[in-house]
Order: sequence, then structure tokens, then C-alpha cells
Amino acid sequence: MKRIIIHEEYCIGCGLCEVHCIVKHSRTGKIIRAFKEERDQIVPGVQVERDGYESFALQCRHCDDAVCIEACMTGAMHRDPETGAVLCDTDRCVGCWMCIMVCPAGAIQQGADGTVASKCDACTDEEIPVCVANCPNEALVLEDEE
Amino acid sequence: MPNWLIEPDFVVERDPDRCIQCEVCVRQCANEAHEFDEELQEVFTDSTRCVGCHRCASLCPTDAISIRPAELEFRPNENWSAQAIRNIYKQSEQGGVLLTGMGNPEPLPIYWDRMLLNASQVTNPSIDPLREPMELLTHIGSKPQRLEFSGGETPQLETTLGPQLELHVPVMFSAMSYGSISYNASEALARAANEVGTYANTGEGGLHEDLRQYAGRMIVQVASGRFGVDVDYLNSGAAVEIKIGQGAKPGIGGHLPGEKVSADISATRMIPEGTDALSPAPHHDIYSIEDLRQLIYAIKEATRYRKPVGVKIAAVHHVAAIASGCVRAGADFVAIDGYRGGTGAAPTMIRNNVGIPIEFALAAVDSRLREEGIRQDAGLIVAGSFRCAADVVKAIALGADACYIGTAALVAMGCHVCQKCYTGRCNWGIATQDPYLTRRLNPNIATRRLVNLLESWAHEIQEIMGGMGINAIESLRGNRDHLRGVNLTDRELNVLGIQMAGE
Amino acid sequence: MKSKSKYLIIGNSVAAVAAVSGIRQIDESGEITLVSREPHHTYSRPLITYLLGGKVTEEQMAYRPADWYEKSNVNALLGTEITRVNPDEHTVETADGETLGYEKLLIATGGTPIVPGNVAGTDAAGVFTFTTWDDAKAIEAYIAEHGVESAVVVGGGLIGLKSVEALIELGIQTTVVELAETMLSASFDRTASELAQRRLAEEGVQVRTSTTTEEILAQEGRVVAAKLTDGETIPCGLVIFAIGVLPATEIVEGTDIEIDRGIVVDDRMRTSVEDVYAAGDVAQARELICGEKRCIAIFPNAFRQGDVAGRNMAGGDASFEGGLVMNSVTVVDVPTISVGVTEPLDDSYETMVQLDEDAYTYRKIVLHDGRIVGAVFVGDIERAGIITGLIREGLDVSNFRDMLISRDFGLIQLPTEYRRRVISGTGTRA
Repeated sequence: MKRIIIHEEYCIGCGLCEVHCIVKHSRTGKIIRAFKEERDQIVPGVQVERDGYESFALQCRHCDDAVCIEACMTGAMHRDPETGAVLCDTDRCVGCWMCIMVCPAGAIQQGADGTVASKCDACTDEEIPVCVANCPNEALVLEDEE
Repeated sequence: MPNWLIEPDFVVERDPDRCIQCEVCVRQCANEAHEFDEELQEVFTDSTRCVGCHRCASLCPTDAISIRPAELEFRPNENWSAQAIRNIYKQSEQGGVLLTGMGNPEPLPIYWDRMLLNASQVTNPSIDPLREPMELLTHIGSKPQRLEFSGGETPQLETTLGPQLELHVPVMFSAMSYGSISYNASEALARAANEVGTYANTGEGGLHEDLRQYAGRMIVQVASGRFGVDVDYLNSGAAVEIKIGQGAKPGIGGHLPGEKVSADISATRMIPEGTDALSPAPHHDIYSIEDLRQLIYAIKEATRYRKPVGVKIAAVHHVAAIASGCVRAGADFVAIDGYRGGTGAAPTMIRNNVGIPIEFALAAVDSRLREEGIRQDAGLIVAGSFRCAADVVKAIALGADACYIGTAALVAMGCHVCQKCYTGRCNWGIATQDPYLTRRLNPNIATRRLVNLLESWAHEIQEIMGGMGINAIESLRGNRDHLRGVNLTDRELNVLGIQMAGE
Repeated sequence: MKSKSKYLIIGNSVAAVAAVSGIRQIDESGEITLVSREPHHTYSRPLITYLLGGKVTEEQMAYRPADWYEKSNVNALLGTEITRVNPDEHTVETADGETLGYEKLLIATGGTPIVPGNVAGTDAAGVFTFTTWDDAKAIEAYIAEHGVESAVVVGGGLIGLKSVEALIELGIQTTVVELAETMLSASFDRTASELAQRRLAEEGVQVRTSTTTEEILAQEGRVVAAKLTDGETIPCGLVIFAIGVLPATEIVEGTDIEIDRGIVVDDRMRTSVEDVYAAGDVAQARELICGEKRCIAIFPNAFRQGDVAGRNMAGGDASFEGGLVMNSVTVVDVPTISVGVTEPLDDSYETMVQLDEDAYTYRKIVLHDGRIVGAVFVGDIERAGIITGLIREGLDVSNFRDMLISRDFGLIQLPTEYRRRVISGTGTRA
């Protein structure tokens, strides 16, 4: 499968990945409207961690042995058979936060309304995830992996 | 006392309808011009801190930021320009020498723009470089005056050729030290030179251990501070360049402040961590051409005569005589740096007022070496603001073997020529050692961009040559018949050794 | 004998489902028979309180899609109860007297709810335990039929709390009776318990601690009140016993299969008898931190054990890295997570605490010997999993321990090697 590889030594901590993730998951897909109308309703699936000069952008790692899938009591968290991405079916999620409890990367968040889990959906409808496509320093790259 | 006489150079305007308060600009400005007010949840900008590097505007996802010159007009005065007045405010406030970075920005004539190139029409057909071979291969080093052969039917070359640099594009990266630029920038230059088949130059800062893998395509420099110089260093590179002078600051030395001498730089320069790296104005062992000859041959001995050893000088008065002396002292190449040449840091007065245009220096040196019959003894490299492929072609027609580009290479990596290199807060991650900023230059991207630049220039050079009906760069070199002058006086035309347009 | 399956699985919840997928990772075609006492398609057991509270529909109860058995090539015998396991013959017996043969057997029978024998009147109508879908439907029907307006939940643990929440949703005045000094004492420390209790009280839930029911009082055979050991009598139309579950080991009792509290298994989920495996709430497997074998009736544990069992049954080589007690439960609207050891066991343990009572936020990290052994998060649970990962990993955190409690704590503060492995996504297990 293809995996987003994080080259943290090149992350400049700008946060453009978060910006474009929000736009991608907004109703209109238009950056200014997305921020002015929906900023509080979207939790970006990629989040930049910063500590001093170091930083990296982290989204769900779509782990091979995804512990969130194991912990999900409703079956909402599942692996997409086509892309291999770990996805949360928000219709089935009840917000028990077992996934947050077990994710070793801390890459799952409570959704903006606090009722269902929110995470990176790997932009499965895009050729390249928007965080990767908009990273100005190629700190996020999409690589094929066996 | 507040700096109330110091006025902003730029005004940063934020379009409130477009700004989405994403704070990307805040995180990108190392000068802290943008600030997010937590209480008001809004970004504010302090224009006095803006250096005009465009980092914020480039990364702003909604193009909400525009930067324009501060329109605070003094009463018009051709003599007392705003810059002259502001310099005095600054000096009277702070004392000390005015510092700056990059090359001379003053409105002095640019002679490349007053020379035009020839093209074939009817009598001498032009060549299509996409269909026919177009040779850019260039060798730099001492060439023999004549070749001797033996063996009748199948001739054998008897003459021993001196060591040569082999360039696939007649453009090299000029000396930029690790210290003046970041490691990532150094790496990108070295890798791009390898990929394209040209050379990067270490500058006077030594060669980082991790970059030695690229040294086959690097010229190692020996400057007055002798930083990082040992026998391994000399032998690691493809050639050695003795730096006498630099176009941006002829006659003066260099100074890398101790705070920039990190562990890595200290190891590379072979000086204690945190100490100032002072390059003296002269080499303390060179006070004559004879002294220079001793150093050249000391280095040739140290490198077993396997590497070309050259000398870099700034373009100053009597440059032709100086260059002739260098060649006679044994230099395999002479690099001449014109008064527009860049720098990481130089006193403004020196940069803007010392030296001569590279166009004149080149013409004078090439003519002089020819007259003296020693032109073949050394390659001639010119530097000092080559902005495009046409500048390169004109320089070669004027007599150069190859050009050095510094600023153009930095611009390819993202530099916006804001001239603040000396502050060490380069927002583009180039002229800085701040780990927060150096990571902004991904060497993979920078290498790719440098390679693209050189390859596109190579294509353009081939196109121009094809138009002239020339299919090898050897045939263009010193072929001043392909240049014509415009807007030039007779005296200027004479020094340049070219004819007036229409002649 | 009716049939002989390569794999026979008794149970139909998470451990059983995980076992099926574990087997299918290795053996795509070997015959799997899955036997379940309950008639339902595999459903999410923790959702039963959500179902009662009307927060999920019956359709949403499915733990796996409707075609899951078919797609996984599983022969599912639903509504079939197993009464006995005969390991020597490699057979099991059903309540209907049928015999099913197996090559490899997995016992994933889960737990049986406890009804205390010393409480009088528990046979009255309106007294329930609450561990199955049918329980939820029965409680719902009883409430509707008798117009129940008040209830007593016996047991202030997780099932009790979730039951209370369902009853709040239904507008039923509820009282919790807890024997210990605080609610959720098994998974929380005192501070977190008190925060939870306070939040419940704000919602009108009555909480009685350090007491329990002595007798269920009934009229016309239906519950009307619960009498507590401290003398109080609480009128109510419904009583739910949520004291806990015991491993459902009945079907192997009397065989050579070793039973302690639950069915004792090794790290490969094998019981003491060849070809018989156990996983989930019925199994007693090694606990990660103390290393002793314990019954840990939590969801992720059951999944992992089922997966390991399935793989090993199919000839694979999987190992259970040890169970870790952890729970994520939302108290009204306050999310909480607790992992591992939440109270120091002796003086050699250290704790780091950050508390904001008004905001209902509380973070606590318990350290032992330079390693994190437990944590509690109340209110702010973001990135709790990073701490869980560190507990699992047993990473020495001495060098950055002060960061752990900070709200800004993230992967970036962790040692490069560890964080590189986590973000590589290739797997987090050692």
C-alpha cells in the first residue's frame, strides 16, 4: 500500500497540512469559506507537533496492526479493503474513545461535536493526500510500501 | 532610547477578507514581524521588522499578504537620497560599520545589457540543437602551447597534459562556505554539481565530512584563514582554489561570528567551537607574485600535480596585470570576481564602491593574456552576478572559459535577495545556522531546483549557439566578433574589445 | 457424530470474531464452525446500554456486517448452547444432545453476570442483570409495560455506570448502590471517582457508597424497593445488578482443562489440554505489568487474545504480550480513560497529577522504577494512547518524565528511536 512517510527533519512547522486538511474536509472545499464558516466544526486529521525547533506533522499511521481496530467496540473502525487505510465509520461510532485510549501515536481525536472519533481518512478519493500535496518542504511524502 | 528615527523599509498589508488566521505567517517569520494575539485571536503585523523576504507571502495559503515599499517620502533630493539619510540615522543611532549581504544593488551600469549577440542569416546557416550535436563540454586547466605526436600512421600523443576540470555546462557554483550558508544548502550545491557534471566550491569554510562523497565535483578553497585546510582536504577535491579576493569586498577579510561556529562548523573549519572565524585581509604569507607562486607549488606538491590549482581575485584596477602575474606564478586557472559579486556579509560602503565591473575585467584579462601569449596556460573563470544564460554566453564570447554563479544558485533554492544574510536569520533556510531555519531547505528539493536551473541554462546556451551557427562552445570562446555594443562610448567599446552595433 | 470441524469456536463476541479473522489470516479455507448460545448475529456487547438508552438502533448493534460469516467462510450455529466439552474425544455436546467434533477448539464463552446469593428477593419481576442484547430488550419491555419511573443500579462499576446513563436517557430517576467507598473504584483512583460521582449527582443521580442491597422488596411479585444494608429503603420500579461477571467456565468444569478464576491459558492462548484454546473474558492470561495470570474482562484484551488464539490454532506463531487493564468511559459528558495501575501499590510508586475540579479535567500518571505503569485522564483525554503505548512498551521515561503530565505532551518529546517506530506505522508491538 501507499503510506505517508514523515521526514521530520524537513518539517518546518508551518501548519499548511492542517489548513489544507480542514479545507478538504469542509463542506465547500473553498479555503476562505471553510475557515470563516466551518473552522470550529472540523478537526484536522493531521496535526503538527512542535517542540523547540523540531516539529513534525502527524496523521493516522494506518498501522499494519492497527490497535484501534482491535479496540473498537462497535466495528466502526475498520480497514478499507481497497486502499488499506484505517477508516472510522462515523455512522457506527458511538464515541466511546477506546481508539483514543490505545492509539500509540495519539493520532485519533474527538470530533468537533464530541460525539464521534475523528481521524485521517487518507484522502482516499485523492491521488495524493492533501497534506502531502501541500507540504511546501516535502516533509510529508507518499511512498509505496510492500 | 527608542529608535524613532528608524523607519520601516516595507509595509506589510493583510487583506482581512482573505486572512483565515491560520498563523502560517507567524510561524514562518524569523524576524517576528507577525504575531498572533491570543486574546483577540487575530494576527497582527509589525512592519518595522519586515525585511521583504516574502516568506510569509509565499506560504500564505490565501494570498492575503502583500508587501510593498514603505511610502514615507522625503522631500525629493537626488543627492540626499532616502537611503543616504536612513544610513546616517542608523549609524548615528547605533555607531559602527553598515553591514549588508548579497551583491551591489546600486544603479551602476550593467554592461551585459549593453552587449548584444549575433545570429546567422542566409550566409552561415544556423544549427538546430535539438537535431544536431551541440557541444558544451569545457575543460579548465593549463593547456600546452603545442601538441607533439609520434608514430606516423597511428599517431600517439607525446605531450603530457596538465590536470583539467571537465564541465558539462560552462557554469559552476561559486565559493560559498559552510558557515555562511547552511549545511543543507552546501549539500544541495554539491549534489547538483555531481548530477549535472560541473563543480561546486567549498568556499573558505572547509569541507564537511559528510560532503566528502561529493568532493570529486568540488573545488576546495584555501583562503587567508586557512580554515579546514589539511592535506586530505586538498586532495579530496577536484581542484584547489587560492582565494585572494572577493568581488563584494576586495581588500578586506571575513568574519564569521563565534555564535555561528557550531560543533559541526568547528569540526569542518578545524577551529574551536564558539570562536570567531577571522579571515585576515591578506594571506600573511603572500606579499608578492613570488610568494603566491610558492603557495601554488606547495599545493601542487601536496596534491602530487594531479589537481588544477587556481587563484581567485577580485576585479580591481590593474586586474589584467594581476591576472597575468597569477598565471605566471603557475595558476592553472584564474577566477575573477566582479564588483557585483555576492557575499554573506560585507561592509556596505565596500560592497557598493570598491572594484570594477566584471565585463571590463574579463575583457582586459583575456586580451592581456593573449597579448602575452599565455592565455592557454590557464583557464579563465568569471564571477560576479550572472543572472541568465545570455550573460554566460556573452562572457564566454568575451573570453571566459566558464562562469561561477552564487546568487543565481541561491535564488534557485528560494533566496529572495533581501540582503539580510549577515543577520543569520534567513527565512529561507539558506544563509543561517539556526536549526529552526535550516530545516526549511530540503536538500532534495534544492538539488532538484539547481539541476533544473543548470539544465535549462544549458539548453538556452545551446539555442543561442545554434542561432550563431556554432556547434561547440570552444568555437565561441573569445569570439568577440559575436558581440556588438549598444549605449557604449568608444572608450568602453575599446576596453571591451567589441564593435558597435551596426558595424 | 454430526460433523467434525477443523476449527470449532464456542462464542460469538469479540474474541470469537477476532479468532475467525486470526485463523483466516493463515488458513483461508479450513472449516470453521462457530457456536453461539444467543441467536443474534455477532453484535457489539458494550452497545447494549446504548440500545436501551435509545442511542443506537438495532441495525447499529452488528459488530460485523451481515455477510460477515459468509465472507469469512464460517458455519455459524446461532442459538445453539454447548453443555459439555470432551477434550479426549475432541468433541463438544450441545443442549440438544448433538455432538460436534473438532481438531482445534476455542472457548470464548465470555462471562456470566453475578447475582449475589445472599440478597433476598432477587427472583422478583423487575430485577435484571445486564450483559446481553436480550437483557436490554427485556429491561426495555419491562419499563414500558410497567411505566417504571425510578431504578436502583447495584454496582458502581463500568456496567453499572453505563446502565445508569441509559436510564438517565429514559428519564428514570436512578440510584446507584456501591459497596466500595467510591464508584468505579476498580479502574479509577479516588479523585477521578469523586469527579465522576459529582458529575452524576449534577444529573440527578443518587449515589450511595459503602453499602449494598440486603433485600429486594416486592409487591405482587414485582419489585417496589431495595433495602440497603445501612437500613435505607429506596423505592424503585426496577433493579439492575451490575456487580460484575464471572468467567463462564461451566462447560469445561470436570475436564482436565485447568481452571483457576477463569480458564488458565499460556501466552499462545493454549489451555492445559492439547488442541483447546481459550480467549476473552473466560480466559485467565498473563497480565502485562505484574506478570501474573489474571482475568481481565475488557474489549481490546478479548480481541487480541482471540486473534492470537486463532492464528495459533491455524498453525501460526502468535504470542499474547500480556493484558493491560484499561477502560474508556464517558460519565454523562465527561470522557475518562484509565489504564493500568491507577493508585500506587506502595511507596516505591510515584505519581504526577494535574487537577482542575471546576473544569472536570484531571490527569494522573503513575510511575514505578522509571516506567509508567498507569494513568488516569478525566475530561481531557486527547492523546491518552501515547501514554498507553509507553506503558505497553515499558519505556524508561526518566529523561522526560516532567513532560508527561503537560497538556502539550506529544510524540515529539519521546526518544527518537521509539517515536520513529511509532510513526513508521509498520507496527507498534515489540
